[in-house]
Amino acid sequence: MLSISLEHDTPDLGVELQLPIGQLSAIVGPSGSGKTSVLRAVAGVLMTRRSRVVFDGDIWADTEQRAFRPAHQRPLGFVSQTFGLFPHLTAAENVGAALTHLPRRARAREVQSGLDAVGIGGLAGRRPSELSGGQGQRVAMARALARKPQLLLLDEPFSALDRSTRKRLHVELKRLQNSLNMTVVFVTHDLDEAAQLSQNLVLLRHGRVVQQGPTPELLRRPATVEAARLMDFANLARARWVGSGASGITLRWGDVLLTAAGGPQSQPMDTVSWTVRASDVLLVKHNHPEESRLGTILPAKVVEVIEMGDSALASVSVDDSGGEILRMRLRPGAVRRHNVSPGSQVRIALHPQALVLMD
Amino acid sequence: MDWNAFHLSLKLAVWTLVLLLPVGVVTGRWLARTQTRARPWLQALFALPLVLPPTVVGYYLLVLTGAQSPIGKLITSWFGVSLVFSFPGLVLASVLVNLPFAILPVQRAFEAVSQELHDAAACCGMNPWQAFTRIEMPLAWPGILSAAVLTLGHTLGEFGVVLMVGGNIPGETRTLSIAIFDRVQAFDPGAAGRMAGLLLLISLVTVALGYGVLEGRSRRTRRSS
Repeated sequence: MLSISLEHDTPDLGVELQLPIGQLSAIVGPSGSGKTSVLRAVAGVLMTRRSRVVFDGDIWADTEQRAFRPAHQRPLGFVSQTFGLFPHLTAAENVGAALTHLPRRARAREVQSGLDAVGIGGLAGRRPSELSGGQGQRVAMARALARKPQLLLLDEPFSALDRSTRKRLHVELKRLQNSLNMTVVFVTHDLDEAAQLSQNLVLLRHGRVVQQGPTPELLRRPATVEAARLMDFANLARARWVGSGASGITLRWGDVLLTAAGGPQSQPMDTVSWTVRASDVLLVKHNHPEESRLGTILPAKVVEVIEMGDSALASVSVDDSGGEILRMRLRPGAVRRHNVSPGSQVRIALHPQALVLMD
Repeated sequence: MDWNAFHLSLKLAVWTLVLLLPVGVVTGRWLARTQTRARPWLQALFALPLVLPPTVVGYYLLVLTGAQSPIGKLITSWFGVSLVFSFPGLVLASVLVNLPFAILPVQRAFEAVSQELHDAAACCGMNPWQAFTRIEMPLAWPGILSAAVLTLGHTLGEFGVVLMVGGNIPGETRTLSIAIFDRVQAFDPGAAGRMAGLLLLISLVTVALGYGVLEGRSRRTRRSS
């Protein structure tokens, strides 16, 4: 386990993290949330007021025990946002800079095999200013991997790249992580990127951990309204607790009774917050043969439809909820087929599994 | 032409450079990285010779290192030499007056090495000394070269402090710029003109060589990008 506990004043940090060894973890948060600072503190290049960093039982920093292993003695590789390549050195020399402990001949061999491994063996003599963004990223990756680190830290490594290069490097990172079985922690502000690549996800905001856990679980079930907002859950509402039973928890939302499959088993003091993904609000055609299996069916009126590429975002006012708005994501074909346009009446379904209750 | 004065000027310039450049590199690098709140005051202190009249600097040096001053007595008892009206005193004065020329360009050059590169060097396994010699120094060397050229050129032409601290002793403290002043006072415009021309030529060549090296480097960088 990579255990990280940090407290700092500028930037403000109060972070407690547990990340599994041998997996790819992502730290996601908006700009200024402290993502880079966490990574730099783990690397040992940012001194925080209080820190405890333990990698697989090995203490790298502990202010209470006055233990601190300097960055150059930690078995890690680091790729920063703009790659941090040494501008006066060639690609080969940049990679070689991480291998100065090796004799010259062994170093040259390792450098070439490192550059070959990331597919730029032919660019060894080029300086960083002669490399494209993608090539520079590969040199930085080869350099970070050169010392065969136990931990690879990546600070927004794909943000400076064009879309196609980014997609290609996503695949390569996954392949690399699978083959080396290395612990990788990368930070990004792009939730989609984190969702695609990571096995574990950490949501960070204002220097605090909002939620952490296995990525699929976390993406499905935000624990708090703040986490739901960070994960772009478009629908956030409050409802009254009615009761819990074998079928789940029943809520009253206006005049509508909703059922959620999971949530707190005891009755909260006041209303409870709930959310549902826009893509989980389903459009139900009339006389649907298995309508009872879709969950709670609600009549609604379309307020707005915005088509965006391969999907459309529709806002509907749910009749019996007191006019509350839900957003639903539809395929453009479905918009035309069901004549979804402002003012039209539709029926929507909310499945108990899709409803998430939050603290 | 006063060849003694010419020789003394060159000797003073070389001694100043040899003593001051390491000080400039260490101090400039420290100022570039330090977080101390005293930084603006320290920078102001090092930049003072730029704004103070040389006679003021010379006056304080005379007061501080004169034969009757505590420092002057200490130096005389330890080394058996007096700093006033002697070549060692001239070197000390020249070193102090040239501090801003040696420190400021170096400081700016080290400040231009980004935090990202410092982080990268540490994460490549380089200890602070390796990071300094392999990454920082090669990137900061145009600033160090500028500092060397400015120090050399400025020392060759220094007049006020040299006259205040060293006086005008042939072979000991009479530099080329003092000799020019001396010849003008003696109504010998021919000799003054020849020495002024020589000083002009040396200064021009020194600065041009420095700029040439820097220009060549930036041309190579532009070509490669």
